[in-house]
Amino acid sequence: MRHEQLVAVLTLEDGTMFTGRPFGAVERLMDGRRGEVVFATSMTGYQEICTDPSYRGQMVVLTYPLIGNYGVSAEFAESRRPWLSALIVREACDDYSNWRATESLDDYLAGQGIPGLCEIDTRALTRHLRDRGTLRGVLRAFPADAPVEAAALIAEAQQVAWVTALDVVEEVSRRGPEAWSAPGVPASAPRVVVVDTGAKNHIAVCLAERGLAVTLAPHDVSMAWLRKMDPSGVLLANGPGDPEQVHSVIALTRELLATDIPIMGICLGHQMLALAIGARTVRLSFGHHGANHPVRDERTGRVTVTSQNHNFAVVPESIPAASGFAVSHVNLSDQSVEGMAHVSRPIFSVQYHPEAAPGPEDNRYLFDEFATMVRAYHARRRMPAALVG
Amino acid sequence: MANETVKRETVLVIGSGPIIIGQAAEFDYAGTQACQALREEGKRVVLVNSNPATIMTDEGVADVTYIEPLTVPVLRRIIARERPDGLLATLGGQTGLNLAMELHEAGVLDEFNVKLLGTPLETIKNAEDRELFKQMLLALGVSVPPSQTTTSVSDALAFAETIGYPVVVRPAFTLGGSGGGVARSPGELERIAERGIGASPIHQILVEQYLGGWKEIEYEVIRDAADNCITVCNMENFDPLGVHTGDSIVVAPSQTLSDHDYQLLRTVALRIIRALGVEGGCNIQFALDPHSDLFYVIEVNPRVSRSSALASKATGYPIARVAAKIAIGKRLDEIRNAVTGKTVAAFEPALDYVVVKIPRWPFDKFPLADRALGTQMKATGEVMAIDRTFEAALQKAMRGLELRASALVAPPADEVDPDHEYPANDVRLWRLLDALRVDDADGMIEGLHADTGIDRWFLHKLRAIVRMERHLREASLTPALLRRAKQMGFSDQQIAQLAPSQEGGEDSIRALRQAWKIMPTYKMVDTCAAEFEAVTPYYYSTWEQENEAEPLAGERAVVLGSGPIRIGQGIEFDYCSVRAAQAMRAAGVRSIMVNSNPETVSTDFDISDRLYFESLDAESVRNILENETQGTLPGVVTQFGGQTAIGLAAPLAAAGAPLLGTSVRAIDVAEDRRQFDALLERLGISRPKGAAVRTVAEAIAAADRIGFPVLVRPSYVLGGRAMEIIRDRQALRRYVTRVVAQFGEHPVLIDRYLTGREVEVDVLCDGDDVLIPGILEHIERAGVHSGDSYAVYPPRSLTRDETLTVARYSREIALALGVRGLMNAQLVVTDGPRDNVHVIEVNPRASRTVPFLSKVTGVPMVDLATGIILGKSLAEQGYSGYPDGLWPEQPLVAVKGPVFSMAKLVGAEMALGPEMKSTGEVMGIDHAYAPALAKALIAAGLQPPARGSAAFVSIADRDKAEALPILEAMAATGFTFYATPGTARMLQDHGIDATVAQRISNEDTTILSLIRTHTVSLVLNTITGGTGREREGIELLDGFKIRRAAVETGIPCLTSLDTARALVEAMAHGGEYDVRPIGEYRRG
Ligand SMILES: Nc1ncnc2c1ncn2[C@@H]1O[C@H](COP(=O)(O)OP(=O)(O)O)[C@@H](O)[C@H]1O
Ligand SMILES: Nc1ncnc2c1ncn2[C@@H]1O[C@H](COP(=O)(O)OP(=O)(O)O)[C@@H](O)[C@H]1O
Ligand SMILES: [Mg+2]
Ligand SMILES: [Mg+2]
Repeated sequence: MRHEQLVAVLTLEDGTMFTGRPFGAVERLMDGRRGEVVFATSMTGYQEICTDPSYRGQMVVLTYPLIGNYGVSAEFAESRRPWLSALIVREACDDYSNWRATESLDDYLAGQGIPGLCEIDTRALTRHLRDRGTLRGVLRAFPADAPVEAAALIAEAQQVAWVTALDVVEEVSRRGPEAWSAPGVPASAPRVVVVDTGAKNHIAVCLAERGLAVTLAPHDVSMAWLRKMDPSGVLLANGPGDPEQVHSVIALTRELLATDIPIMGICLGHQMLALAIGARTVRLSFGHHGANHPVRDERTGRVTVTSQNHNFAVVPESIPAASGFAVSHVNLSDQSVEGMAHVSRPIFSVQYHPEAAPGPEDNRYLFDEFATMVRAYHARRRMPAALVG
Repeated sequence: MANETVKRETVLVIGSGPIIIGQAAEFDYAGTQACQALREEGKRVVLVNSNPATIMTDEGVADVTYIEPLTVPVLRRIIARERPDGLLATLGGQTGLNLAMELHEAGVLDEFNVKLLGTPLETIKNAEDRELFKQMLLALGVSVPPSQTTTSVSDALAFAETIGYPVVVRPAFTLGGSGGGVARSPGELERIAERGIGASPIHQILVEQYLGGWKEIEYEVIRDAADNCITVCNMENFDPLGVHTGDSIVVAPSQTLSDHDYQLLRTVALRIIRALGVEGGCNIQFALDPHSDLFYVIEVNPRVSRSSALASKATGYPIARVAAKIAIGKRLDEIRNAVTGKTVAAFEPALDYVVVKIPRWPFDKFPLADRALGTQMKATGEVMAIDRTFEAALQKAMRGLELRASALVAPPADEVDPDHEYPANDVRLWRLLDALRVDDADGMIEGLHADTGIDRWFLHKLRAIVRMERHLREASLTPALLRRAKQMGFSDQQIAQLAPSQEGGEDSIRALRQAWKIMPTYKMVDTCAAEFEAVTPYYYSTWEQENEAEPLAGERAVVLGSGPIRIGQGIEFDYCSVRAAQAMRAAGVRSIMVNSNPETVSTDFDISDRLYFESLDAESVRNILENETQGTLPGVVTQFGGQTAIGLAAPLAAAGAPLLGTSVRAIDVAEDRRQFDALLERLGISRPKGAAVRTVAEAIAAADRIGFPVLVRPSYVLGGRAMEIIRDRQALRRYVTRVVAQFGEHPVLIDRYLTGREVEVDVLCDGDDVLIPGILEHIERAGVHSGDSYAVYPPRSLTRDETLTVARYSREIALALGVRGLMNAQLVVTDGPRDNVHVIEVNPRASRTVPFLSKVTGVPMVDLATGIILGKSLAEQGYSGYPDGLWPEQPLVAVKGPVFSMAKLVGAEMALGPEMKSTGEVMGIDHAYAPALAKALIAAGLQPPARGSAAFVSIADRDKAEALPILEAMAATGFTFYATPGTARMLQDHGIDATVAQRISNEDTTILSLIRTHTVSLVLNTITGGTGREREGIELLDGFKIRRAAVETGIPCLTSLDTARALVEAMAHGGEYDVRPIGEYRRG
C-alpha cells in the first residue's frame, strides 16, 4: 500500500488521539510503535535528537514545525543509529537544502527503521503533554478508509511500558570497549574512560579536542577492568531511562568514589553519581528537552543557556551533607538541580549537556575544567612516589 | 517636615527623531518600552525627541518630555536643566547613538557628570568604526573578507585594484546602508566612495570584497554587565548578501541552517559581543558561504535596531525593555520574563512557528526611482506574518503589503523572462512565482537559484505554492484540499479565483469552509513553544486543530491598525491606534488590536488586552470577529488605522460586522465625489469646480470651462497618487492621453487648482456637538501635499472671519455627515474678501495631524474620539461648550516640518507637488513664530546656512517676480549667488551679484560640480512644468539632475518659494530659541 493512502494515528493513554500522515519507516507502523511521548523544543538539531540514545523508548514530538529542512548528514549522528521509537513533527520536509546534506530525513528514517508521524497539530499535543505530564502512546498506521478502533488503541496505550521499566541502557550501550579515534591525540595523552550508558559522540569529541585520549566502555565494565585501563579520569555519560535501574554503574561509581580519580557526570551520569552518594532522584512531570534552559552556576553567578534532555532530577535536599557534595548549578526556570560538585575533590556533574549537539556551546568550559583535573591527576600519578604527598 | 526622600535617579532617553528610510517606528516602540521599563525601576525619565507623531512623546510615557531638535546645543541645555545622572542612547537608533558620541566629544557629558548607561562609548566606537571593528575581529581570530578602511577616494580605488571588482563600500556610523553601494568599475567606485565618505560622520568607509550570493544571517544578542549573554533569535534573509537586510525578505528562525551552522555562528556572536563589551541589546550580521563552513562577520550594531523590533515581535521577547533594565545595572537573571510571568529574561526563546517579514517600498510614489535593491535600504516599512508553515506566513505577509486585492493570484504567464534574469527589486518575489508558474521542474529551480542566489529551500516553497494554485485550478474542491490550501495561506478570495466552479467568490468559499468546519485557529506567541504556561495575549491565526484564543469576556471592541508604514500612512496612525486601545481599556472596554506591522508600539503585546498579529484584510478581520463572538460579534473601530482601516469598513459592514463610530454611509458620502459635491452644495459650502472626463476632448472642454491651472488625477487611485498640476492645454492633452492609455475606462478627474493658503483642521464630533482642537495653516501654498508642507499652529494669516468660516464649514460637514469620532478637513483660503474658503477634501477618520495637534493643544483627541465611539458625548467627557466649537488657542507657536528620505531613493523626483513624498515629520515649538520655525527647520535637517554662504538658484519664469524679494532678503543676510542665466540676469538687473552657472546640457557640468564640491550650501530651484512625469524638455531634465545632485550631496534643496521665504525669515531671526518641556509651552 502506498503511503499516501495511509493515515497514522497517535493514541495516548488518556484517550487523546491525533491523526496525521506516516513517514520514515512506515511499515513499522502497521503493527504499531509504542513508547512514552515527550516533546523537545530545540529548533535545530533533529538528527542529533534522533540519534541521541537518551531518547530510547520514547516518541519525540518536535515543537518547531518545519523539520528536515537541511536534510541529513553522516556528520551529525550522535551515535551509531537513531534510537527513538518514533518522530512526531508538524511538517516533514523532503526538499531539503544544505551543502552537507546527503539525503532527506524521510529517507534516512526509512532506512534506519524509524517511523514518523507528520501533519498533526504538534503544539496542541505539546500543550497536552505539558499539562498532563509525559504520557504513553501508541502510533499506528491504517488505510485511510479503514475504521479506527479507538477503545482498543487506548487500551493498548495503557499497556505500554514506561521507560523506567525497561532495560534501555543495556540496549543502547556498546558491547565492548572502544578507543575513540582522534588523529591529533597521542596515545601517551591522559586517558579518560567514558562509561557508555548511551553516550553522545560529542562527549568524546569534546574530550579529544582537549587533547585527551578517550576510551568508551560498555555500561557494565568492572572496576578491575577500569583499574587495568589506568584512566586519569572517568566520565559518566548520558543515557536513557531511570537512573535507579542502572545498578551496575551506580555500584561502579561507588567504587570509583573510593579512589581519587577525577569524575565528571553528564545527565544520567549526574543522576547515577547522586544515587551513588546517597541522594535521591525524582521523575519530572514532562522533563526538560530543549536547547534554551537558563542555568546559573551558583559558585560564580554566571548564567548560561544549556542543552537539556532528561526526565529525572536530583532532589537537592537528599544530597547527604556528609558526602561533601553541594548543588553547583540551578535551573532558573524551575529551580531544579542542574549540577553538583564536591567541595574539595575533582568530582562534579551536570544535569544538562555541555557537549551540546544540539544546542548552545556555552558550557564546553566544563570540559576545560575536567581536562584540567585529569591532567593534574595524570601529572601527579606520573611523578616519582617521593614527590607525591 | 518629612525626611527628604532619596533623590530619584534621572535618566535621559534620546529618541530617534523623524521617520526616515532606515529608521522608522521601531524606535518609538523601543523608546516607549524603555521609558516604561526605567520608570518601573523607579527612575525619573526625561525624554527628548523631535518627532511629535510618536507614542513615546506622549505626556505620561516619560516623566518629562521635550519635543525639541536633536542637536548638541539643544541637548546641552536640556542636560543643564534636568541634570540627569545617566544617558540612555542605545534605544534611539543611529541618531541617538551618534548624538551621544557627539555629546561626549563636545565634553557635555563630562561637564555635567552624566554617565552613559548601557553599552560604553568605547564599545560603540569599536563596533561602528569599521577599522577598529576589523582589528578587533582579527584579534579574536575571526576572519574578515579582504577589505580596507579609508577616508580617501584614491585609496579606495587603489585598494580595489588589488582585490578586483565588484567591491562594496560601507560607510562608518551610518544605518540603512546610507551612502554605501556596490561598485563594479572604478568609475562607479569613485562616485560611491565619494558619497560614502560624505555620508559617514567620521568620513570613513570600508571597501570590501563583494560577497554577493552568500547567505545573510543575523543574530539578536543581549549581554548584561555581569557578562551573561544570550541570543534572542536568529534570522535568515531570503535575499542573499548584497541586498540590505532592511530590504530583504527575512525569515525567523533560520530555515536552512543545521544545528552545527546555527551554533557555529551563535558561538562566534557571543564571543564578539563579549569582546566588544555591549551592555544591552545588539545585532550581529554574518555572511555564510552556502557551500562550506566559511563565514564572515558583516557588522555589529551596538544598539537596538529595526531587527531587534522584528525579533521582539517574532519571539515575544521584549528586547528594548530588557536592554533598558540592563543599562541601569540589572542582570538577565534578575529580570522577569514578562511573557510567562514566571521564568526569567535569561533564556532563549523557542519558536514553534515561522515568521516572515517583507519590506514595503515606496516605488508606487516614485515611478521614476530606481527599483533595484542593493546595500542601501529603500523600504519605508515592513509587514510580518506568523504561521505554522512557511508558505502561509509568506502569503499572509504578501497580503499584508496591501499591494493588490489578492497579492498572489496572477494568471499563468505565457513565457518566462527571456533574459532569464531576476535582479533584486521590489517585484522579484512575484516574478519568481511567475517563472515557476510557467515551469516548475527542478531545472527551473536550479536556474533561479543560479541566477539569484536564493536558497533552493525557499524556491521549493514557492513551487509548493504554485503547485497548490494549479491543484486548485484543476481539481474539484474537497474538504481535504481546501484545508490544505488554507494551511498554505491561500485566502478565500484567492481560492475563489482559482477554483473553477466558485462563482460566488470569496463568500462562497467562506460558506463552504463553514459547512466543512474548516475554521482558523489562533495560537499564542509564548516565547517557549508551549513548554510553560504563558500569559501573553498575543496570537496569530493558523489552520490547525486546537484554538487557544477563547473569546474575551465582557465588553470588548476591535481596533484596526494601519499596517506597514508607507509614505502617506505613517507612524501617526499607529499613535492613534495605540491611544484608542489604551482609552478603551481605561473605559473598561477590553481592546483587541489587529495589525501586521512589527515595528510599531501597537503590536507590543501589553498595549491592548489582546493582540492579533494578522494582515489587515477583510477575511482575516472577519475571522477574528467570529473568533471573538459571544452571542454577538464585537464592534470594530476603523477610524484610527488610516486608509487601511477605513477601507475595511464597507466590506466588514457588508459582512454584518457592527462598526463603531462614523457609519459606512457617512464614509461613503465623504469619499464619493458625487455625493460629497451634493452635500457641499446643499450646505452652501464652496469647493473647487471639477469634472470627470474620459477623453482628451472632454478634458480640454472641461478645463476651458473650469479655467487653468487645473489639478488632475486618475479617479481609480486614492491618496493623491499620480496627481499633477497642469497649466496649459498641451500639457493636459499629454497627461490625459497617457492616463487614458494606462487606466482605460476609469475617468480622469479635473479640478480647478486654487492658488491660496491651505489649512487643515481636525474635528471631534459626537453627532450633536463639535470640538475643533486646532487649525493648522500650511507655509507652502495649496498644491504642495499637506503631508509635505511646513504647517503652523495657530494659523498666522487667517483673519478672524476666515477662522470662523473654517470652523463653521468643518462643523457643518461633520454634523451633516454624522461623524462619530474624528474627521479631518483640508481647505484652501484664496485671496478675496468673501466666499474665499473652499473645501478640498474631507477624511472621515483620524488624520496625520492628530498626534501633532493633541500634543500642541493638550486635547486628548484620540481618547475623546474613543469615548464618543463608546457612546459618551463630548459634554459627558467635559469637552463641550467652547464658542464656535473652537478649543482655546494656546499661547505658543508650533511648526510641523516634513522630513524626506530622498537621498536613498535613487532617481526619485524630489520637487514638491500634490503627491506626498515625505517619510516623517518634526515639531518646532516655541512662544513665537520665528524661533518655532527655526527649530522645525533645524530638526528637519534644514540648518539655516551660515552667513556668507553661497546658494545656487534657478527660478522658473513665472516665479521670478515672486522670487525677487526673497532673493533680495537672502542677499541682505550675506548670501552670494550662482544662478542659471535667466535667473542671474534678473538678479543682476536688480543690483544683486550673481555668477552665471552653465547649464548641464551645455555639456559642461558646472552646476553639478558647484553642488558636488559643496561650493554652494543651498539650492533653490522652482520647477518649470509638471511634477517630473512630463520631462521631455531638456530644461526639465537639467532641473531634475540638479535636484538629485543636491539631495545626494546632502545640500538642502528647496523647490517651493514659500519654504525659501520661511528659511529666510528664520535666518533673519538670528537663532534664539527656547528649550523646555512640551507642557510648559502651553502654560505660556
Ligand atoms: N562584503 C559584502 N558583500 C556583499 N554584500 C555586502 C557586503 N557587506 C555588506 N553587504 C550588504 O550590505 C548591507 C548593508 O551593510 P551594513 O554594513 O549592514 O549597513 P548598515 O550598517 O547600514 O546596516 C548588508 O545587509 C549586506 O546585505
Ligand atoms: N483644488 C485644489 N487646489 C489646490 N490645491 C489642491 C487642490 N486639491 C488638492 N490640492 C493639493 O493637493 C494636495 C493633495 O490633495 P488631497 O486631495 O488632499 O490628496 P490626498 O488624498 O493625498 O490627501 C493637497 O494637500 C493640496 O495641497
Ligand atoms: Mg549599521
Ligand atoms: Mg546592517
